[in-house]
Amino acid sequence: MKQTQFKNVDPPFWVAWNQALASLRVRFFRQLITSIGVALGIAFFASVQTLRAAQTTHDMQSEAKLRWLVGTSLVMCLVGVTNSMLMSVTERYREIGTIKCLGASDGFIVKVFCLEAMMLGAAGSFVGAGVGSVLMAGGLLASGEHVRSIQMLEITFLGVLVGMTLTVLAAIAPAIQAARMPAAAALRVEV
Amino acid sequence: MSERDVVVRTANVVKQYGEGEAAVRALNGVTCEIYAGEYLSIMGPSGSGKSTLFNMIGGLDKPNEGSVFVNSVDIAQLTPRELAFLRCHTIGYIFQTFNLIQVRTALENVTLPMLFAGVQPEEAEEKGAALLATVGLGHRLHHRPTELSGGQQQRVAIARALANTPAIILADEPTGNLDLKTGQEIIDLLRSLNTERGVTIISATHDHKMLDVSDRIFHIRDGQLADVETRGEADAEAPLAHGPSASMP
Ligand SMILES: Nc1ncnc2c1ncn2[C@@H]1O[C@H](COP(=O)(O)OP(=O)(O)OP(=O)(O)O)[C@@H](O)[C@H]1O
Ligand SMILES: [Mg+2]
Repeated sequence: MKQTQFKNVDPPFWVAWNQALASLRVRFFRQLITSIGVALGIAFFASVQTLRAAQTTHDMQSEAKLRWLVGTSLVMCLVGVTNSMLMSVTERYREIGTIKCLGASDGFIVKVFCLEAMMLGAAGSFVGAGVGSVLMAGGLLASGEHVRSIQMLEITFLGVLVGMTLTVLAAIAPAIQAARMPAAAALRVEV
Repeated sequence: MSERDVVVRTANVVKQYGEGEAAVRALNGVTCEIYAGEYLSIMGPSGSGKSTLFNMIGGLDKPNEGSVFVNSVDIAQLTPRELAFLRCHTIGYIFQTFNLIQVRTALENVTLPMLFAGVQPEEAEEKGAALLATVGLGHRLHHRPTELSGGQQQRVAIARALANTPAIILADEPTGNLDLKTGQEIIDLLRSLNTERGVTIISATHDHKMLDVSDRIFHIRDGQLADVETRGEADAEAPLAHGPSASMP
């Protein structure tokens, strides 16, 4: 009688990458809107960071105000992205169940969603951080204040990092939950 | 070959959904053996537990009691990773609703399971194209499921199920969403794959056309195996009755 030989083979990285790209491409407009949500949040974040960088006097009170603004904007951004990511996972339960039937491991499914989130987050927050910091720096320049370009670069970089982290954080919990679900249950979900 | 090889064996499988008052016993102690290379149909009224049995055999869900053995491995003992391996290599799935991956093309749908199995991409594409040609879709490689008819989608699903040359193809009402003629074509295709490639076909169905091509039929009622019908004159039965040589005309 044939005995099954179990091996641990994971598909190469690009398999997950291609799957994530295909998902992004086909759902382009929806993903674009999610991305714009990230961009808005990060634009606000970057503009406030630019404002902070331009401050020459260290006024404790306005510094505290700015921090508060940054904090709330990021929390709101996170809530918005979490909502989009939850929807993006739940509407794909069937697809997740199917991919599991084809032999995907739970890790593969989580990987696909994380990659998607990373790409979305990176695109959105890069645009957002760039636009936000440039606009704010322009405004400041008009009133005679200077922000060094190295600082702008730093702010853009930080913005992209924060935006990507937020999006991946928002995606990871629903993705893990969906991946762990028995395939039969995932396949039954009708959206 | 005195005894036929058993690919799937279930022992007293019980599956219950829900708790307490609302509990439904979808399967109530099913014990059966499914032989290598046979074409088996699972018949039964709606709600009798066909899909539930399908999920148990396919390792898509776990029974509450009893065990399911695929190639004499108890699938309840497998880790999630080993289960993924089993699904990838040993079983091909076909669904009533086709369940193709909507964002990928026909060819990509067929190559994906091969990539999971570690096949090189060029080889996977070659084999995928050949499989799609076998099911009569050689001219639709780069179309997405939304651009294909129901029958064509089901053909892609069959090609996909064959990707890693599985021992078993599990089909849950494969003709349920198709018109009579297309359904007949799908049945003929499954039957020819069964005779030519020796793949075991296990198919839940309402479709009486399906019964004519089956070697055996399980009748399920209220979650129990009510009756096993053997279509005697079918070729696949010959080794059991007369040994291999006697089956030659
Ligand atoms: N996920 C579930 N949760 C609760 N009850 C379920 C679930 N899946 C199936 N059932 C119940 O189990 C019983 C058997 O269902 P199953 O889907 O196996 O029937 P079936 O024979 O495939 O029917 P059909 O021919 O209509 O597809 C039914 O009474 C159904 O209500
Ligand atoms: Mg059913």
